[in-house]
Amino acid sequence: MRKFTTTLGALLVMATSSTFADGHKVKVGMITTLSGGGSGLGIDVRDGFMLAVKGNKNISVITKDDQRKPDIAVQLADKMIQSDKVDVLTGIIWSNLAMAVVPATVNQGKFYLSPNAGPSKLAGKGCHKNYFNVAWQNDNLHEAAGGYANSAGFKNSFILAPNYPAGKDALTGYKRFFKGKLAGEIYTKLGQKDYAAEIAQIRASGADSVFFFLPGGMGIGFMKQFSQSGIKLPVVGPAFSFDQGILKAVGDAALGVKNTSQWSKDIDNAANKKFVNDFKSEYGRLPSLYASQGYDTGKLLISAMSKAKIKDMDKFRDALRKADFSSTRGKFSFDTNHHPIQDIYVREVIKEGKTLTNKIVSVGLKDHSNAYVSDCKM
Amino acid sequence: MKSPKTNNSLMTLILFFEQLLNGIQFGTMLFLMSAGLTLIFGVMGLINLAHGSFYMIGAFSAALIAALTESFWLALLASLAGAAIAGVLIEIIIIRRLYRRDHLDQVLATFALILLLSEGVRWCFGAFPLYLNIPNVLNGTVPIFDNIIYSKYRLFIIFMGFLIALGLYILITKTRLGIRIRAGQNDRQMISALGVDISKLYTIVFAIGASLAGLAGAMIGAIQSVEVGMGEPILILAFVVIVIGGIGSIKGALVGSILVGVTDTIGRIFLPELLKVFMESSNATSVGSSIGSMLIYILMALILIIKPSGLFGKS
Repeated sequence: MRKFTTTLGALLVMATSSTFADGHKVKVGMITTLSGGGSGLGIDVRDGFMLAVKGNKNISVITKDDQRKPDIAVQLADKMIQSDKVDVLTGIIWSNLAMAVVPATVNQGKFYLSPNAGPSKLAGKGCHKNYFNVAWQNDNLHEAAGGYANSAGFKNSFILAPNYPAGKDALTGYKRFFKGKLAGEIYTKLGQKDYAAEIAQIRASGADSVFFFLPGGMGIGFMKQFSQSGIKLPVVGPAFSFDQGILKAVGDAALGVKNTSQWSKDIDNAANKKFVNDFKSEYGRLPSLYASQGYDTGKLLISAMSKAKIKDMDKFRDALRKADFSSTRGKFSFDTNHHPIQDIYVREVIKEGKTLTNKIVSVGLKDHSNAYVSDCKM
Repeated sequence: MKSPKTNNSLMTLILFFEQLLNGIQFGTMLFLMSAGLTLIFGVMGLINLAHGSFYMIGAFSAALIAALTESFWLALLASLAGAAIAGVLIEIIIIRRLYRRDHLDQVLATFALILLLSEGVRWCFGAFPLYLNIPNVLNGTVPIFDNIIYSKYRLFIIFMGFLIALGLYILITKTRLGIRIRAGQNDRQMISALGVDISKLYTIVFAIGASLAGLAGAMIGAIQSVEVGMGEPILILAFVVIVIGGIGSIKGALVGSILVGVTDTIGRIFLPELLKVFMESSNATSVGSSIGSMLIYILMALILIIKPSGLFGKS
């Protein structure tokens, strides 16, 4: 009896996988953070992606929650590749999870399209022909922040970020463009919410400005505590602590802060207008940059599917490389290491009626690529 | 004017004192969490992993009431009430069945409770963080002595922490309920034989523990963020505290909390500075912060080597 059921099970698996043998269909495995701290980011990426592929009968998506834990992300990826037989993986938010999952995935002959994490290792020496980053290389937004700090006349910055790959990339990126001195440099614990100790250091340091990269809930705590501390220094950071998902929780403490982003809801092009409107009517909230990245990832996948079959990996890869889709960011192309070349904007937090949101004040870096292109040998 | 050198060492001293206050503030918040945890373990012998969920429930109750009434003080009351009500319901429906089971069953069941409560809160409030802010009266800073300026709100947290420590001390040593709690810690069977309604006592103790955690959640949520899963990182630290302090001892929880709070804060700030003497700056920062985050576990290991049942534990 047992043998019978296992045979039956095997037959069923064969039957289901054969339905995907049709070359026009693509099975996507989405591993992202949907519960616990930082889940707002994963939910936005997922919702953006699902909005982009909505109604497309050739794409099926399996979504799983990594709980922001690298070990769980690895297990999910193994299961999706080995038993669900997905063709493309996507969704990971955090760079430490991406470092655990991406190399194994691309080495097993699957595509990985990153809607967020872009650690420097995967852009330089560890780049791979099957790995595409649709968001940015981790350093990018911070480089733009460093550039902005120069133009704002900051001479002595205090900088801080969490102690994990993206945090290190962040401070590296800022330092690469910032020409002034550093009043102090701190790595905080990933997931830390209380910054009393760091704020005391900032107060004592004699800095003229603060740069911080603290994505998700970490940034909420920092901004509130910083504004309560009465320190009046100007603050600059990447968009991750000022995205639509968390502005409400930060409150007025965020007003007027300059932040850098490759996307903003007021970028003036047809694709972006449609995205913002569709997202609002589908989910009843304003999209964040994470949602735009998920959306662009979906649109990129669809554009490649219209040009090539997924089983013909070389052709499909070429199709992806062309990035022939209307991005919500306007101009968008891939550099040779499969990371975006794009404009990065300086935004400011403003109030629209009662809602806190961002508006673009200037273009920070035009047609910006990344510092690791020459390290990447594909 | 003072010479630059004395000015500099004075700055360091001021900074050290400010960081010490930050450590104590972190400690008092940990105390609110660990006092309930250790009380529940001491009286009922229950390992409650879901204690962090009451921290979250308290914060969400507060954010809800603050949004409706715009009063921070009502929100604090709501956090106490919300967590206490959740505590009573959960004790009666689920926890009560676990007292006789072994610790593994308790751990499994309360872990399941974490998942249920987190998902439940997400259902009701969504995955995005909620807004909760401190009242205007406590916004800003206040000078202590000459040169030290410190956040009013953090002083308020320290004050509340010690007030509650005092309240618990009076409750346990001076009241009838306290006598019963102590009797329950010493000999459960005997006090039920003496006619004390032991299941009511358990419910009350559980509710006290839950409401303290809820209050901590609301007070901290106002300066950090109110989001699903906010209690779990604190829970781990609270367990470290009660192991250091000696399981079941409230005095141990107070001393352990302050010890952990100060070690963590001072360590993570001054260790990188110390390492800069030996190595290059950005390496020192990264190595120092890594060791800094291990420091409390090293402290725990050292204390357990010297006193295996914790500082105030019964051997």
